[in-house]
Amino acid sequence: MSAEDWQIVWFTAWVSALSTLVILPLGLAAGLLLARRDWPGKSGVETIISLPLVMPPVATGLILLKLLGRRGALGGFLHDALHLDIIFTWLAVLVSLSVMSFPLLVRSVRVAFEEVNPRLEQIARTLGASDLRVFWAITVPLAARGIIAGMILAFARALGEFGATIMVAGNIPGQTSTLSLAIFQSVQLGQDSHAFRLLAVSVVLAFAAVWASEYLARRNRAPL
Amino acid sequence: MPAGRRRFTLERTVMNRVLSGLTAVFVAGSVCGVARAGELTVFAAASLSDALKEIAVIYQKQSGDRVVFNFGASSVLARQIEEGAPADIFFSADEAKMDGLEKLGLILKETRRSRLSNSLVIVVAADSPLQVPSADHLAGDKVKRIALADPKAVPAGVYARAYLEKARLWPAVERKIVPTENVRAALAAVESGNVDAGIVFKTDARISRKVRVTCEVKPEEGPPISYPMAVMKESSRIEAGKRFLRHLDSGEAETVFEKHGFIVRKHR
Repeated sequence: MSAEDWQIVWFTAWVSALSTLVILPLGLAAGLLLARRDWPGKSGVETIISLPLVMPPVATGLILLKLLGRRGALGGFLHDALHLDIIFTWLAVLVSLSVMSFPLLVRSVRVAFEEVNPRLEQIARTLGASDLRVFWAITVPLAARGIIAGMILAFARALGEFGATIMVAGNIPGQTSTLSLAIFQSVQLGQDSHAFRLLAVSVVLAFAAVWASEYLARRNRAPL
Repeated sequence: MPAGRRRFTLERTVMNRVLSGLTAVFVAGSVCGVARAGELTVFAAASLSDALKEIAVIYQKQSGDRVVFNFGASSVLARQIEEGAPADIFFSADEAKMDGLEKLGLILKETRRSRLSNSLVIVVAADSPLQVPSADHLAGDKVKRIALADPKAVPAGVYARAYLEKARLWPAVERKIVPTENVRAALAAVESGNVDAGIVFKTDARISRKVRVTCEVKPEEGPPISYPMAVMKESSRIEAGKRFLRHLDSGEAETVFEKHGFIVRKHR
């Protein structure tokens, strides 16, 4: 493993972790709303949130490219107003990983919230706790297992993202190259041994993620 | 024979029939797929796509041979052929990729020839205010991102890199490079405005109305560019392959290549 390889591994790991953190607040809010509230058009919102899960990643990438490109609605505004370019930078990697892993997080979080017994929340309220306090002191701790499992799932999805990333971020060595992109490129260049080294790293990372989720699930097994 | 066993035997016979029926369907299907009469599979550099498609349409009418293309970066195509992809002809954008296949004994040496050449140009988006009259300007502050076909492997990128190295500009621009799948993807990146400039073949720039050529690299400033073609040794249609190569070598094809901006070296 060369210094460049370690850079790729490090970049992939931290940008995946960052994307999981970025989508966490939004994922908690969406999961809670979907679990607890009903409103007209709810199924439409559910469908839109799930889209990146079922659409070809490359198609999602194309939508992001058109949206965030210098001539896109959002990308054009950011370029003109803030001189900020997203496409072909590490920010593009962050955006595509976030979008692609968001549905997985929301699904797990939603199920976790649905499984919290509402009676316990009501009891807390009768004891005078505010809604916010009930959420943080009762709901989140009881749903923690599912939330953490969702975060790990989202993180793992981000680690392996390929289709959307290559569309919006390219594969720039030292800047936007992730493990998946680097493996693909090495195989194309005929550098199989290099690809195998990176493959070994991804196996280790995947193993660690799954093991961590199992461990946390066991440790946090709720008494209720 | 007890009734139970007889039924078992009967079921097995039925299963066997179904299985062999399915197998026959699969075999017939795959044979049809591989050896469809008069179909020639050509793996060709992305930069050749427009010219070759035009030539193939005429050739199909004349000869009755259907030509199917797999266009892409020559580096990727060579790799696919190494892995056993069913190519009858390989038409590469650089000699190195063909040399690699020749070393592996995958091509019919006597069919290999190269007459086509090309040149590099610097392009910007048609509506871009940027002026890049020479490669030196690529090193300036105004150019932040430059699209090239992957300079590690894809011919157009390898040529562009060789040119920039020769001009002693590579260290200054290396951080700005956005490597793409193939040369047409570099062209598309410039068209979209997501990069400031790009280096592509002159023939690629010609097919796009959304880019503007700001600088043509003189042949003596750039590396020698050469497009070799050959029939593959593993091809099941070697004669048809040779016929198509002869056509690509003809005056008729030459006219089409020149129309698209390729340089055709004259027969000695």
